[in-house]
Amino acid sequence: MSTGITEPETEEEQETEAAGAARAAESAHQQARMEKKEIDEANRDARRQAREAVEAADRTVELKVFRFDPEVPEKEEPRFDSFPVPFTKGMTVLDALMWARDHYDSSLTFRHSCRQAVCGSDALFVNGQQRLGCKTQVADLAENGVPETVRIEPLPHAEVVKDLVVDMEHFYDQMESVEPYFQDEDTPDGLNEQRQSRENREEIKMSTRCIWCGACMSSCNIAAGDNQYLGPAAINKAYRFAMDEREGDNLTEHRLNIIEQEHGVWRCQTQFSCTEVCPKDIPLTEHIQALKREAVKKNLKFW
Amino acid sequence: MHEHDVIVVGGGGAGLRAAIAAHEEGADVAIVTKLHPVRSHTGAAEGGINAALRDGDDWSDHAYDTMKGSDYLGDAPAIETLCQDSPGETIQLEHWGMPFSREDDGRVSQRPFGGLSFPRTTYAGAETGHHLLHTMYEQVVKRGITVYDEFYVMNLAVTDHPDPEDRECHGCIAYDIKSGDLVGFKATGGVILATGGDGQAFDHTTNAVANTGDGPAMAYRAGVPVEDMEFVQFHPTTLPSTGVLISEGVRGEGGILYNAEGERFMFERGYANNDGELASRDVVSRAELTEVNEGRGVGDEYVYLDMRHLGEERIVDRLENILHLAEDFEGVDGLEEPMPVKPGQHYHMGGIETNEHGETCISGLYAAGECACVSVHGSNRLGGNALPELIVFGARAGHHAAGRDMEEAQIETGPSAAVEHESDLDTPVSPGALDAPDSDVAADGGAVTADADAVVESAVETERDRVETLMERDGVNHAEIRSDLQDAMTQWVNVFREEEGLKKALEAIREARERYQNVAVADPSRTFNTDLIHTIETRNLIDVAETITLGALARTEFRGAHWRAEHQERNDEEWLKHTMVAWNDGEPELYYTDVILEGEDKAYEPKIRSY
Repeated sequence: MSTGITEPETEEEQETEAAGAARAAESAHQQARMEKKEIDEANRDARRQAREAVEAADRTVELKVFRFDPEVPEKEEPRFDSFPVPFTKGMTVLDALMWARDHYDSSLTFRHSCRQAVCGSDALFVNGQQRLGCKTQVADLAENGVPETVRIEPLPHAEVVKDLVVDMEHFYDQMESVEPYFQDEDTPDGLNEQRQSRENREEIKMSTRCIWCGACMSSCNIAAGDNQYLGPAAINKAYRFAMDEREGDNLTEHRLNIIEQEHGVWRCQTQFSCTEVCPKDIPLTEHIQALKREAVKKNLKFW
Repeated sequence: MHEHDVIVVGGGGAGLRAAIAAHEEGADVAIVTKLHPVRSHTGAAEGGINAALRDGDDWSDHAYDTMKGSDYLGDAPAIETLCQDSPGETIQLEHWGMPFSREDDGRVSQRPFGGLSFPRTTYAGAETGHHLLHTMYEQVVKRGITVYDEFYVMNLAVTDHPDPEDRECHGCIAYDIKSGDLVGFKATGGVILATGGDGQAFDHTTNAVANTGDGPAMAYRAGVPVEDMEFVQFHPTTLPSTGVLISEGVRGEGGILYNAEGERFMFERGYANNDGELASRDVVSRAELTEVNEGRGVGDEYVYLDMRHLGEERIVDRLENILHLAEDFEGVDGLEEPMPVKPGQHYHMGGIETNEHGETCISGLYAAGECACVSVHGSNRLGGNALPELIVFGARAGHHAAGRDMEEAQIETGPSAAVEHESDLDTPVSPGALDAPDSDVAADGGAVTADADAVVESAVETERDRVETLMERDGVNHAEIRSDLQDAMTQWVNVFREEEGLKKALEAIREARERYQNVAVADPSRTFNTDLIHTIETRNLIDVAETITLGALARTEFRGAHWRAEHQERNDEEWLKHTMVAWNDGEPELYYTDVILEGEDKAYEPKIRSY
């Protein structure tokens, strides 16, 4: 690679390096002062830019964000911080949070990744309801136009790790407890697929759309009171496999036994809160009811 | 320190498939990933998986289409491997329960896709990636494979032999995001990088916030060359406000592109008289921007993609999630009105140089998926060819790292494969480290050491120092540096590239490096410190952006996704070769290697790529 400077020979290189090191040592103090000055300026610039952006905006929305950090003395006691954010058309709650983080407080912490409602990272409690931050238009949070404030909290009924981040381990444990994997070993040879009817694919289609965001579990009163309850997402996952005609009848029966346990489907009291909050519109309550019916049918068979 | 036979970095499609493959081979394998696996961006892939499954189709036709799509910059052994292995891997997914869309006879559906001579794109609605990701994660759960989720891999534990081809990778160092602990991971068989894309180097991208090129940046600084980095795919149909992708499936099903004057410009303006909307992605992206630049765009920014004529039933059956995306992210009802679309960064053809087994030139270090460059896509990837790459090369890397006996690879790796060195690239500023030799080249303890434990331990200490420095000192926040870098890349290293602009981009990258020297993490907490993670990612983006721009400046021709204003022809005479950039201990070096056009039983003859 040439930058217009020819490659120095080894000896010269050493010389240059040595001279450079000496110079650096001499002016280290001066350099440190200059750097400090630059940093202060850059930080002042950033604050000024945020202020100007807010002043210049036609509309601003005030985010009231839950803050908590077990390790930082001033955040040990949960509190709400306010961040005025300039509103732009099409702005989502996630956009607003990112703006606040990048312009006011880089320690503002929340999970997010895809920005398009498939990774399921940013389920939050927005104005008192479980929603995906990326899929929630700020403008939709008011009857007319832009809301003055938006209140953003971590998902209820989960342990808060920090700010808007909750511990998802229990949710994952429940998901994995229903044996959420295709188990049929008796698959066709070679390049032959298993046949599945379009109707059957349609029957499981909605259930396969789950993105593991945890909104349903957080909205469920039963799950809040019974920590062992499988919860809507895990039961939906069980439905996805129990209803898939590609798995044999023996496996279906095994799956029904899992969801019929003490903390399984029978705990559901059909309050529909999970169905209401599901960002992928999965009819969770219907799926739970369908499994109850299947379980009854199975038990009648053995009577 | 944790120890496993095989460590897979990244939990997306390639990483999960690699882990399952290593497990199939009997290895103790662990996945280390900064996101929980189901959060990976494979889940956003919409279109499908190309696989020659049906009568009338053949892997060799798939290979021919792929080679043509690559504009003859793919390597035949890699392409043929992809096309031969894809049918088996695709059916394997079906056997694992993946909910593919079905035909009336119950077999999996396939549909036409851009640049394909046969409708071989196997799909599951317009959410194929979501189903592929979840199906494979389910199989990981079934096998009880260890997953360290929300562990951010900061660096590789590589020996510091002077010649990168003598170096060995013994593991990696991860930051446990929840606890703030630095953890060494020792791998006795190999480390497989499967970190996905690096679209965050650009401002308008379909990539996730997490796609920051960590794998390519780490491998590059450890001494592995990155290959064909100038080839970046800009997808022609992304939503203007967010960059959210509207699948090529819409055009595959018959969706039509219009300009502001209501012209079906792909035909009426002669961009692709045969294939129209289904021409290769680079062709369609340039056509759209040309329309906008010549004043026929809507609002000087985008064009329309119309699918209304397909009818509600067909749209709901096959493209339902497109309706949701247009509604949620653009406020448009695709059943009632055309959707606004414009090109956005989508996929990186270039990446970590590997052979067909996923091996890099550093022993024990592998790469697979988007972060790697085998190369199957050459200068342009066909739609539906990314997902088969994940499963085919993920599986091969997993098998090889776990010790399976595989035939000798035909693709050579490492600087010794160079056929020509770039000696007169005129760059306005010097690229690379600011104070070479760089302190973070390879993870070393200052002396060549063969003891794997010592290499990992010393790498942990190096990273501990890095974290301490970032946390303790006062400095600037990384966010503005990242945002300026993204703006510069989107302005100057986009669909249309000019020499002056590329030089300005190099200057902007240099400036980003200088500002980054003063970067610091304001959040004092050890708990879930995303400020720290994002700050480290920004460093990776700077390195990746620089290699993209260097390659783009060097390649004075127009091939595939790489368009140069001053060089409007493909130039096989001079440029039928791969661009390699080696970090070279902080002083980047460009060189070239041969493209392999010799296939298993035929040679591919470069032809004019027209659609």
